[in-house]
Amino acid sequence: MTKTTIPVHLDINGDRHTLQLEPRVTLLDALRDRLGLTGTKKGCDHGQCGACTVHVDGERVLACLTLAAQAEGRTVTTIEGLAREGELHPVQAAFLEQDAFQCGYCTPGQIMSAVACIREGHAGSDEEIREYMAGNLCRCGAYPHIVAAVRQAALEVQS
Amino acid sequence: MRDFSYLRAGSVEAARQAAALPGTMILAGGTTLIDLAKCGVAEPDSLVDITHLKGLDKIEVSARGATIGALAKMGHVADHADIKRHFPAVSEALWQAASAQIRNMATIGGNLMQRTRCPYFRDPANFPACNKREPGSGCSAIGGVTRGHAVLGTSDACIAMYPGDLATALIAFDAIVHLGERQVSVDDFFLLPGATPDKEHAIEPGEMITAIEIPDSAAARRSTYLKIRDRQSYEFAAASAAVGIEFEADGRTIRDLRVALGGVATKPWRARAVEEALKGKVLEPDAVRAASLLAVEGAVDNGANHYKIELAPRVVARAILKMGETA
Repeated sequence: MTKTTIPVHLDINGDRHTLQLEPRVTLLDALRDRLGLTGTKKGCDHGQCGACTVHVDGERVLACLTLAAQAEGRTVTTIEGLAREGELHPVQAAFLEQDAFQCGYCTPGQIMSAVACIREGHAGSDEEIREYMAGNLCRCGAYPHIVAAVRQAALEVQS
Repeated sequence: MRDFSYLRAGSVEAARQAAALPGTMILAGGTTLIDLAKCGVAEPDSLVDITHLKGLDKIEVSARGATIGALAKMGHVADHADIKRHFPAVSEALWQAASAQIRNMATIGGNLMQRTRCPYFRDPANFPACNKREPGSGCSAIGGVTRGHAVLGTSDACIAMYPGDLATALIAFDAIVHLGERQVSVDDFFLLPGATPDKEHAIEPGEMITAIEIPDSAAARRSTYLKIRDRQSYEFAAASAAVGIEFEADGRTIRDLRVALGGVATKPWRARAVEEALKGKVLEPDAVRAASLLAVEGAVDNGANHYKIELAPRVVARAILKMGETA
């Protein structure tokens, strides 16, 4: 089969990009390898770890199982698009304050997932936070601090 | 992942025409298809993306039942107020499935097309023998590590477990799959492996799921989905049960009962023998436990999955008794 590329228009963190991509290129690979947005991490690359979590049209999804072409016409937000004018997003600040990571590799995915979790209204209790953050694995086992950070940020966002 | 051509469908008809071509597959949320393409299991020449089609994501609930568009996302259906009220087991099956991210991607139609998680099926490089992938090549699971494999509905050709939660709830309440004009019951939509485990669904090339319909019933309104698994969340079922119950006016005698099993069979599994044994009887713990044993009549284990034969009836009994308590 001859290799053909297609033009893909992407709206990432408010910036418009046009890339020439093979159809099989995932949103994750487009972000990292073509646009230099390496904050979004590649963990398992099979939809099992959550490290590649980004927002598409405001909802958390996995960039590793999304073709870049499927994101055309949608609004994509990555960890790089979360801070406003140099001010950390409340969830980013809460992760720092609660020491909610060790190696940090899963952290961008955790934070993107947590922002959506709070916005969905699924951060009402520690039990609910654990259930609705279950798609983000942390091999360092920083879970108690991650739950504390989400709880703190949820209270701040609500107030 | 082998490369493929990509086409964005402009209409259902265009998608169906494209999907009728050999080597072409329909792409929705991608959570199964892109994953299997990376595993080397799915090798499409061409993908038809239907996620930009308008109007196929509606969720409508009336006194007659629910109609859920094929492109409705799992997460949206799980959180839908009327689905929660009229079909609690469906909502519970959905929010206990996968992760929040996957539920935001995966569509209801795609969910029904989900493939097995059999590790031998998913690993063609190390396990070339798989009748589901390559008809006639053999089964690597039989004689292998079988902890996650089916005990009901198996054949000499395949023991792969059907991993979904939603369809287990749907089959309990006689849901119907809409393939455009053609309609087929969820029970008939999923095929037993038999001698042809490669053929999993009663859908033909050029057909596409457009909606799922769930008829209203008193049993569906009083229903639950109980999922037991090796870890608390984000895991496939070791055994699960969708149960719905309707009592006579006395509040104790069972008028209608629906029982379906997940995590133990090669397809979503309706346990009609349990239903028939308890209909007309007063709900009583010992009778429920005895009847629940009928759920695994004819079960065959392959060693490490033997525990499912013990576990499944207990899950069924617990779910029925839980529904009885709320009388």
